[in-house]
Amino acid sequence: MTEFIDFISNNLQMIYIVILMIFVGVEIIGHVPAVLHTPLMSGANAIHGVVIIGAIIVLLGADADNILAQALGFVAVLLGTLNVVGGFVVTDRMLEMFKKKK
Amino acid sequence: MEYIFSLEFIYLIASITYILGLKMLGHPETARRGNLIAAGGMTLAIFGTIFLYQGEVLTQTYLLIGSAILIGTIVGWAIAKKVAMTKMPELVSLFNGMGGASAALIGLIEFHHYVGDTMSIITILAGIIIGSISFSGSMIAWAKLNGTLNKPLRLPKYNMLNNIIFLVLVAFAAYMTYVGTGSQLYLYILFFGALAYGVLFVLPIGGADMPVVISLLNSFTGLAAALGGFLYGNMVMLTGGILVGSAGTILTFAMCEAMNRSLFNVIFGGFGDTDVSVEGSTSSVKGSIKKTTASDVAILMNYSQRIIFVPGYGLAVAQAQHAIHELEQLLVAKGIEVKYAIHPVAGRMPGHMNVLLAETNVDYDKLAEMEDVNPEFSNTDVVFVVGANDVVNPAAHNDPSSPIYGMPILDVENAKQIIVNKRSMKPGYAGIENELFFNQKTSMLFGDAKTVIQSLITEIKGM
Repeated sequence: MTEFIDFISNNLQMIYIVILMIFVGVEIIGHVPAVLHTPLMSGANAIHGVVIIGAIIVLLGADADNILAQALGFVAVLLGTLNVVGGFVVTDRMLEMFKKKK
Repeated sequence: MEYIFSLEFIYLIASITYILGLKMLGHPETARRGNLIAAGGMTLAIFGTIFLYQGEVLTQTYLLIGSAILIGTIVGWAIAKKVAMTKMPELVSLFNGMGGASAALIGLIEFHHYVGDTMSIITILAGIIIGSISFSGSMIAWAKLNGTLNKPLRLPKYNMLNNIIFLVLVAFAAYMTYVGTGSQLYLYILFFGALAYGVLFVLPIGGADMPVVISLLNSFTGLAAALGGFLYGNMVMLTGGILVGSAGTILTFAMCEAMNRSLFNVIFGGFGDTDVSVEGSTSSVKGSIKKTTASDVAILMNYSQRIIFVPGYGLAVAQAQHAIHELEQLLVAKGIEVKYAIHPVAGRMPGHMNVLLAETNVDYDKLAEMEDVNPEFSNTDVVFVVGANDVVNPAAHNDPSSPIYGMPILDVENAKQIIVNKRSMKPGYAGIENELFFNQKTSMLFGDAKTVIQSLITEIKGM
């Protein structure tokens, strides 16, 4: 229990961010027309590719002689990149079509 | 100290671009720029992380990261550019799965570094469970939309079984935390258990509900990324992850609403196609259908004043988007008012139909949303339903036993004439009969959507 309370007080800043971000996310989506739901889902999908940052940190910190960690880290970065690049490019392709005609 | 400051600063900028980007994605005029802004922030964050890293890094490691990013970029870019727009939903699902897998792998690698630190272990295990479920679930969703796996597969009592497996997973993770084990064996058991749960979770769900599932898994991956952020105290992962987690949840709610399902039903209920009621409602529909020909429909359209097209996924499958756009232009040139009525869940994802029609240069203003177009049906001469079925099924209004009862639909039955183009009398995705086809005002125009529309064009041109 004390560990839990310590954790809360040590990470108060992050907890604030979590709570505020939840509200920001809710607010942002609240006013979106259904037309844009697919691109929005796709864009959000690309943004959670931010997990790649974690994968990079893992690989940067992995011991040089730990082959398994290196290999898994490599795969994690690769998959994260796929998520980010594929996600943003595909969203852009969808939105390109919504371009207003003159 | 200097380094840490600048990296934190980069993360701050990146976080702002995510919020701004998502916000801008919500408006048609700014959407594209919003996406690019978020992409720019992401690029900044990635390069910042690599080059401002504190500590000694071997050249070999840089090579490893560089090549992973290079391969991922080339492959991701190529897939995203090449895939047809009709395949968009499965692609989003695929990329979502990649993110989930990445999150799970991070947990697998970091686990042994944090043994003994209870809160970090909880974060890691939660990340592994959520990331793995998101990965394997997305792969199943991908295969289902792809057509590789088209039948809902169900183990006996799958609902209870799934819930039990989930509880066992959570209990096992709790046990691992409590004992403070450093066992890699336990870790991998948890990993594979979560993967299996993801498969079993999505497998019984019918294809019609895949959008909800993808949206849900999308927010799961966001959550998994945020857990990674918590573990490292990394602000950009935390903000990005939580933002997607909460936005994705709201989007899931919006979709559930459009399909008349509660979120509880989605997570714990047996959802998907309800095979029980299929037989029940089949017998309740009586009467005969009226067939018509392309030339009759062409004459009808030619002498109408207001026509509304109701496109469904069948249109996309037949690749008839260009044909219908041509038909629309032809009719408009004759002074006829033409609109497209878009149901929020037409296609395989909300807004999917809009994307498909926009691809063929249909005017944005001609795409009418359900709430706006529904009052207009009563003074519409002809409604042309192409490849849509469940979204125009009046059973949603007047048959409480129907599985789609209560779902908002397009009220096409209020129009003066209804033309329905279908390939056959086969029921739609929800697997239920549609009494609209037996309506006095309805005529059926059987055939492949593209062929049918093209012959309509030829007929009208000849008038």
